[in-house]
Amino acid sequence: MKRKIPLGICLIMGIMMIIQFFIPHPVSLGFASTIYKWVIVLMAFALVLAIGNLIRHHTLKIRKRKEDWPYSIVTLFGMTAMAVIGLIWGVDPDSLYQRIFLNILAPLGGTMFALLAYYMASAAYRAFRARSLEATLLLISAFIVMIGFMPFGQYVHTRFPAFAEWVMQVPNMASQRGILLGVAFGSIATALKIILGIERSWLGGKE
Amino acid sequence: MSFLFFHCLPVTFSFVLPATSSASSPGDVKAMDKPNDAGSAIQIFWTRASNDSLVENYVIMRKAATDPSYQRIGSTAGGVSTFEDDGVTDGTTYTYLVASLIKGMQYPSEQSNNVTSKPQLFHTGRINVLAALITFTLLLAYFVYKARSGKNLYIRQIAGLAAVEEAVGRATEMGRPILYVPGLGDIDWTATIASMNILGEVAKKIALYDTELIVPNTWSVVYTVSKEVVKESFMSEGRPEKFKEDYVRYVTEAQFGFAAAVNGIMIREKPATNFFVGKFWAESLIMAETGAQTGAFQIAGTDSVLQLPFFVTACDYTLMGEELYAASAYLSREPVLLGSLKAQDYGKLMSLIILGGLSILAFLRIDLLYLLKVQ
Repeated sequence: MKRKIPLGICLIMGIMMIIQFFIPHPVSLGFASTIYKWVIVLMAFALVLAIGNLIRHHTLKIRKRKEDWPYSIVTLFGMTAMAVIGLIWGVDPDSLYQRIFLNILAPLGGTMFALLAYYMASAAYRAFRARSLEATLLLISAFIVMIGFMPFGQYVHTRFPAFAEWVMQVPNMASQRGILLGVAFGSIATALKIILGIERSWLGGKE
Repeated sequence: MSFLFFHCLPVTFSFVLPATSSASSPGDVKAMDKPNDAGSAIQIFWTRASNDSLVENYVIMRKAATDPSYQRIGSTAGGVSTFEDDGVTDGTTYTYLVASLIKGMQYPSEQSNNVTSKPQLFHTGRINVLAALITFTLLLAYFVYKARSGKNLYIRQIAGLAAVEEAVGRATEMGRPILYVPGLGDIDWTATIASMNILGEVAKKIALYDTELIVPNTWSVVYTVSKEVVKESFMSEGRPEKFKEDYVRYVTEAQFGFAAAVNGIMIREKPATNFFVGKFWAESLIMAETGAQTGAFQIAGTDSVLQLPFFVTACDYTLMGEELYAASAYLSREPVLLGSLKAQDYGKLMSLIILGGLSILAFLRIDLLYLLKVQ
């Protein structure tokens, strides 16, 4: 029963949402709108569970004095402070909440994003070591595209930028579309398998 | 001149229609119920005035059967010959007039045909999707039936999935945990759902090998689902007591906050194996490169085409695109799931034949590619 009920709900709702896609009638649109509202309610419940997990994990870490436990105090303090500030003074554009968000959290996120440049350099170094045929092809393609997209490229040959563009638009695009075609069928198959109850890994496998 | 009188009334128009349209008037005004909609909308089409280059605006007017006169409902720029009226009541009959505005003077057309709007029960612009869905479902049903009847279906070796056993074994031998990142997509991304299926299979192996697991999550719903998936996997392997609440963790919804947290886990807890399976964006390389620097064995899988090169570079194995969706069947080796992979392959073959055929016809100037368009 524990498995049959979720499978039944999944089957009914999955089929109803597929049918809804083909019916533009207001009744059908109203049904979809209601379901999306339910999703928001479910997300709110899930958020309560998730925050409970976060508090539990970091409280345990502090109590057991695990490695870098003081950071857990910062996490719990930050989460509580932001919630209290938001609840008391609101989240309007000029509020304290927004100022903290824009002046502390956004720059921290930006800093992490900026680190990507250094990670790219180290990853590129590893990728462009021509140890195999594939790596050599990658190195040659990257070299053509990089030189072609630089102003310097047109001095190598007047048609070099156009050739680099061709590499991007034809072989690169063709392989991307090939992958996307497989992804599309994979997505449809996965959705159908779950709706029809063929795929049950999310319930711990077949039974 | 009726149009002079007409021009004097900016909102409500009560005028006598001209006996014959002038050269400056738009012609052939037709109104029809907007197809494939929820009702309350009518489309109006007209032929532009012969001196269209002089027209500043086309003014559209509407009259219900019970209204005494036409009322202005909107306007378009010159050169345009369609308008959509989305302020009508279903079941009421309307007629329309279109007037061209030239140097402050308005030249009205003849009135349109009578038209009534109503909601549709089937979206005819999506027949191609329905046909494809039915065909694919039949293919799926056929191959699942074949698999159930005991037919041996060949599936090629996927290196990344064949390495999962080795990856779990390695972590067990080293006495270090396994990190499984289910991506940054919410549960409505199919890649996240596929990731949950793979997590279920990986968690079963972990339950058997008695290894520690860390599953950091970025969305609350994904957190609850992944927790249930891991718990169910431990139960199905007969080891529910081995499951720990702390295996599955909620971190944050912030993209780079999540990346920072995962990097912290990799550096502090030093997992022997990292799985990055699901939907990823710019944070993919930050996490995968950190994992590579800690010396972890890494398996990635995503359908995010732009992130694939980063994973190929930084990970030992990468599941590309559809391999992500094949993983659950491959790992579980359930005949029914393997049958569905065959359906995918035949679906792709049929798509390639259709695309190839229509492309050849397009070269021959027979353009049928519009049949593939989805509204």
